Amino acid sequence: MAIETTVNGKAVSIDAEPDTPLLWALREDLGLTGTKFGCGIAACGACSVHVNGEITRSCSVPVSEVAGKSVTTIEGLKAADGTLHKVQQAWIDAQVPQCGYCQSGQIMAAVALIQKTGKPSAAQVDKAMTNICRCGTYPRIRKAILAATGQAAAAVEGAA
Amino acid sequence: MGIKRRAFLIGGAAIVGGGLFAVYWGDSSARKRAVELTAKGKDGSFLSWVKISEDDTVTVYSPHIDFGQGSHTALAQMVAEELDADWSKVVVEHAPADPSFANSALGRGFMADMSGQPGIVAALPASFISMAARSMNLQITGGSSAVRFTGQSGMRVAGAAAREALIAEAAERLKVPASELTTLDSRVIHAKTSASLRYGELAQAAAARSLNSDLKLKDRKDFRYIGQGVHRLDIPAKVDGSATYGIDFTLPDMRVATIVMAPVRDGKLTSVDPAPAMAVKGVEKVIKLDDAVVVIAKGYWQATKGMQALSPQFSDGGHGGLSTASIYAAQDKLNASGEKLVAPADGKLLTAEYKAPFLHQAMMEPFAMTAHHKDGRLDMWGGLQDPLGTRMMMAEIAGLDAANVMFHPMIMGGGFGRRFPPYSQIIGQLTKIAMQVPYPVKLIWSREQDVQHGAYRPQVAARLQGVTGKKRIAAWASDYAQNDDAAAEGTVPYTIPNFEARHHEYISNQVNAYWRSVNASQHGFFNESFVDELAHAEGEDPYTFRRNHLKAGSRPLLVLDTVAKHAGWGTPLPEGRARGIAMVESFGTIVAEVVEASLKEDGTPKVHKAWAVVDCGTTVNPLNAAAQIEGGLIMGLSSAIGEQITLDKGAVVESNFGDYPVMKLADAPEIDVHFIESGAKMGGIGEPGLPPAAPALANALFALTGKRVRQLPILAQAKA
Repeated sequence: MAIETTVNGKAVSIDAEPDTPLLWALREDLGLTGTKFGCGIAACGACSVHVNGEITRSCSVPVSEVAGKSVTTIEGLKAADGTLHKVQQAWIDAQVPQCGYCQSGQIMAAVALIQKTGKPSAAQVDKAMTNICRCGTYPRIRKAILAATGQAAAAVEGAA
Repeated sequence: MGIKRRAFLIGGAAIVGGGLFAVYWGDSSARKRAVELTAKGKDGSFLSWVKISEDDTVTVYSPHIDFGQGSHTALAQMVAEELDADWSKVVVEHAPADPSFANSALGRGFMADMSGQPGIVAALPASFISMAARSMNLQITGGSSAVRFTGQSGMRVAGAAAREALIAEAAERLKVPASELTTLDSRVIHAKTSASLRYGELAQAAAARSLNSDLKLKDRKDFRYIGQGVHRLDIPAKVDGSATYGIDFTLPDMRVATIVMAPVRDGKLTSVDPAPAMAVKGVEKVIKLDDAVVVIAKGYWQATKGMQALSPQFSDGGHGGLSTASIYAAQDKLNASGEKLVAPADGKLLTAEYKAPFLHQAMMEPFAMTAHHKDGRLDMWGGLQDPLGTRMMMAEIAGLDAANVMFHPMIMGGGFGRRFPPYSQIIGQLTKIAMQVPYPVKLIWSREQDVQHGAYRPQVAARLQGVTGKKRIAAWASDYAQNDDAAAEGTVPYTIPNFEARHHEYISNQVNAYWRSVNASQHGFFNESFVDELAHAEGEDPYTFRRNHLKAGSRPLLVLDTVAKHAGWGTPLPEGRARGIAMVESFGTIVAEVVEASLKEDGTPKVHKAWAVVDCGTTVNPLNAAAQIEGGLIMGLSSAIGEQITLDKGAVVESNFGDYPVMKLADAPEIDVHFIESGAKMGGIGEPGLPPAAPALANALFALTGKRVRQLPILAQAKA
């Protein structure tokens, strides 16, 4: 049974079994592989996307639940003209990613946080940013979020 | 510096409108030996590659994979430095797993017979060339080796050789002496006549030139790119979802498989009824392997549902009696056999037993690779630490000639030591699966399989004995039980009149594997905690005690003093906070760290701030080097606080991030990293930031509570 939904602003019809996690529908049915598989139990956040603007761990939500809703993935963050979202740009300026695998989820979580709070406090960042990064990029994630919200200098020292 | 090395440019491969430069290391005797060592008689060259295209794009082919450590960018900086390339036109690619880019037979030959080193490197220490041979020929990435070995001895020479060929070609075309030519931003310039030629227009002819000369590498003072915090080349694709990892690779008609392995390592699959899985929609095939069962379906979810429907039975490989406690008990017994120190009348003897658990790398991308066997040819796509070694394993397992097998390296979602081919069960599994099906198949490990079938850091127990008196260590003896001899990591940087570290071999059913910083993490914890114990036993400040055992003017002393200065060692702290200090040298790099910690209301440690001071000789990219130290420090704290792999009845107990807790942002401290550019021989950067973190935290907790942490992780001990 096809599930009708909107992904990154486009109406799509996903031909998957209703209990398929949204993550696998995005990756395997729609080819949107920027959203990553990390744990399958909503513990790591690598699969984070927005569903109607809410941060959602897509590995643990059946695709049937997003019928009629609006899903945004990392591929949908850029403007139509290709301009990066300010959070993506801040991630480059602060040279956040190392292996990069968790960063789609981290960026989606940060965007959702900023959409909710405007200028998140340190405590709000700590509370909202619960995605796992094994490379340990957390100090730079903090810096990038502050930079993206005008609360700190954007570029890291020595950047060229 | 002005290190002179001889190199030859060989071959201008047929690249339309550009040139491919290869630097052959060696002289005629090495070339002869290369032929002897290479079974097929073909000259497997000792290479690093630089390609210059007609549009001036410089492509650097890295024999090392990049799983986040940033070495690709650093290697490109080193080529660009010597080449005087325009940085905006430099790109990096993984070198293919092909003998024309590397040659495992040659590398293995050099390793097996160190006396047969090429003449050009005779002046270099044996360990140096051994690592260079291993890393470049086998395409291995590990041991924090890419920049300090391949970069220093390969990439810089490749860049310098290519530059010299470009100058020679330009001199001929401009009809001026080469000595009047200079280079800048991918142009050869003749200042007298203001004439200049682009590298792109010279490259093809330049690469065909035969060159045999002494290359002079740049002096430090002339560096333009080395030492600069340039932005990493791989990052833009990692913020918009376009970076393609092994798990993202697809082929037309591809199926997806998942696997469940015998819970106890060395166990076998004894029975499984495929019928319940075959009844699940989308499931196409169930494959029985010797020690695992595989379900192949249209997609991962269907494969997973199929797997959940199965009830495979496995044997325990004879390890059913093994547990974490039984391993520690056996190790303690071995350590107890070590000779006991005797305290002299005017000294104190302190004895302490330390324990460090198995640890999992927990790379964020679980193993996920794709393979296709068609018309006698086997291809595989994914990320591993040794592409060429992987290819050889595939050929052996499939029973195919290596010429009909190819491994295509892709970027990796972390590794930390997990992706060495000999421990990467997925190579064998996927090869066997692919040989049985006509379609391409992607095998994805679940996180549970990843956690339970890891290649863990070895579990180690140690007994340390120290004799002190008059605020000095007079004697130190450590006994430690583990799989391999950690002679290099078991030492300390301090001057101790009598020092002995004794290895007692203990082999469990787990593989002898690597984890970021290898043995330096366990032994760094043991030794730097014990030094702290000895300091307190002598009533001395732990920082002062350490510095009293270091030589005046030495590198470790400067590192230690610098971290103490930045951290404000000895200055007052808010109530409920304390500092701990530790210093470990690993992979040729000295790192000292201070952490400022407190206890949360629930008794778990909280690190507020950390300082790291690093002497790795020279930093190529300080921005990325700092990221590596930050990441290593956090991984060290994370593991010290909560991570452990335990065994019960021979099987791993933990199964996912719920019971294998990796540190999250809220618990990560603010980190202040400083480098000392000592100019000493270049050390590694990916691993050395990790080992001091655990002892620095344990020492801070002692300062805070008076309770010594002698077994990791801290949380498990707190609850026990």
